[in-house]
Amino acid sequence: MKLTLRVWRQKNADAPGAMATYEVDGISEDMSFLEMLDTLNEELILRGEDPVAFDHDCREGICGACSLVINGDAHGPERTTSCQLHMRSFEDGDTIDVEPWRAAAFPVVRDLVVDRSAFDRIIQAGGYISAPTGSAPEAHATPVPKADADFAFEHAECIGCGACVAACPNGSAMLFTSAKVNHLNVLPQGAPERETRVLDMVRVMDEEGFGGCTLTGECATACPKGIPLPSIAAMNKEWLRANRKAPRRG
Amino acid sequence: MALASRTDRKPSLPRTFWRSTVGKKTVMAVSGLIMIAYLVAHVMGNLKVFFGPGEFNAYGHWLRTMGEPVLHYEWGLWITRVVLLTAVIAHGVSAYQLSRRDIRARPTAYVHKRRHASYATRTMRWGGVIVALFIVWHILDLTTLTVNPNAQAGHPYENVVATFSTWYGNVIYIVAMLAVGLHIRHGFWSAAQTLGVGNASRDRALKALANGLALVLTAGFVSVPVAVMTGVVS
Repeated sequence: MKLTLRVWRQKNADAPGAMATYEVDGISEDMSFLEMLDTLNEELILRGEDPVAFDHDCREGICGACSLVINGDAHGPERTTSCQLHMRSFEDGDTIDVEPWRAAAFPVVRDLVVDRSAFDRIIQAGGYISAPTGSAPEAHATPVPKADADFAFEHAECIGCGACVAACPNGSAMLFTSAKVNHLNVLPQGAPERETRVLDMVRVMDEEGFGGCTLTGECATACPKGIPLPSIAAMNKEWLRANRKAPRRG
Repeated sequence: MALASRTDRKPSLPRTFWRSTVGKKTVMAVSGLIMIAYLVAHVMGNLKVFFGPGEFNAYGHWLRTMGEPVLHYEWGLWITRVVLLTAVIAHGVSAYQLSRRDIRARPTAYVHKRRHASYATRTMRWGGVIVALFIVWHILDLTTLTVNPNAQAGHPYENVVATFSTWYGNVIYIVAMLAVGLHIRHGFWSAAQTLGVGNASRDRALKALANGLALVLTAGFVSVPVAVMTGVVS
């Protein structure tokens, strides 16, 4: 396959960026999108140019590092991560636009790499349980109803890639935050912090400069892990409940 | 190990709501539902126009005596107006502040554009502005009678017929009612999500209810100018 790539190039956070056009040849349709970018970078290095910086780690769709907006879609045309997207999803001779996640809370570090530490700070605000850890407890010690376990697992699938924020016209982190809140709030292990978790995580989410939710549904469409849109309603329910129940301090 | 003791005071509930994007959405959802409830009552009143001037004008007069003898003359009407004005202001201010925040949260657009979301979803902000401007026009036309071609106080039937006998009266009204319908289509369903009522199994029912409500309200309101135009009501 021969492709024309238009890639966002930006030297650092403060430099202005622009789309740069590259031609790549000899691309196999069995290559992943990231392998195609590797091919481009090998050529750039041989020509003495700076390779395109992009985030990647596991390359098997489970770490949440890769973060490319491909032809306007977070992670591209298939419902998967950029690393699991294969070149067979494109046609020979295509022009492909590659851009970084766009959100005020995710500033561009370089080229296609953005700083997603705002997500880490949301997690730090409540995305944990305070039960002592150690060896795995006996599985039947704490019974969890099947429906709750399924609900928790569905939300635990979130890999924190940020595609939801990238796809949202408001740069909102509601789907990410709701996945984390719902995952822990439904389980008995998460019960001690049930109220403070949702209140603190939503507060930090707002402080980080993410936008509000207008329920366009773009996030759930882009999510490579299929976190469903009703997750947001479930978190709203938890937030309202927590405001009724949380002990008043002071 | 000493546990960190939190000495910060928890902000009051209204403050927590107004500061949070989720809380502000709750304000929008509740005020929106109040306005939808009002529109349901409003459209039922409007449809009395099909029973002639006697019944319609009597209904108009009843709105002033509503709640008597517990309430004084026109108090019921004024209570309704105050509640509605509060809802409109709360809805509008929240929408403005949230929109400003949303636009700031996405300062750079993607170079590769593609169509996002449904038409009703994309037109919520400007549709809301159109509806707000229409409310001003509507009050000047049929409440204060400032711009009404008939302007006969106590004769709402004749005033309605006069408005819908002008081309601009019809155009403004029908465009605004289509905007209201689109706004409710996304707004009602969104309010359910914001209030935490929505879930996967209820989603189809909520969407159907939102579409049904939008359709019935728009059709009900638009039927009046259409009736005047076709001479069914004159």
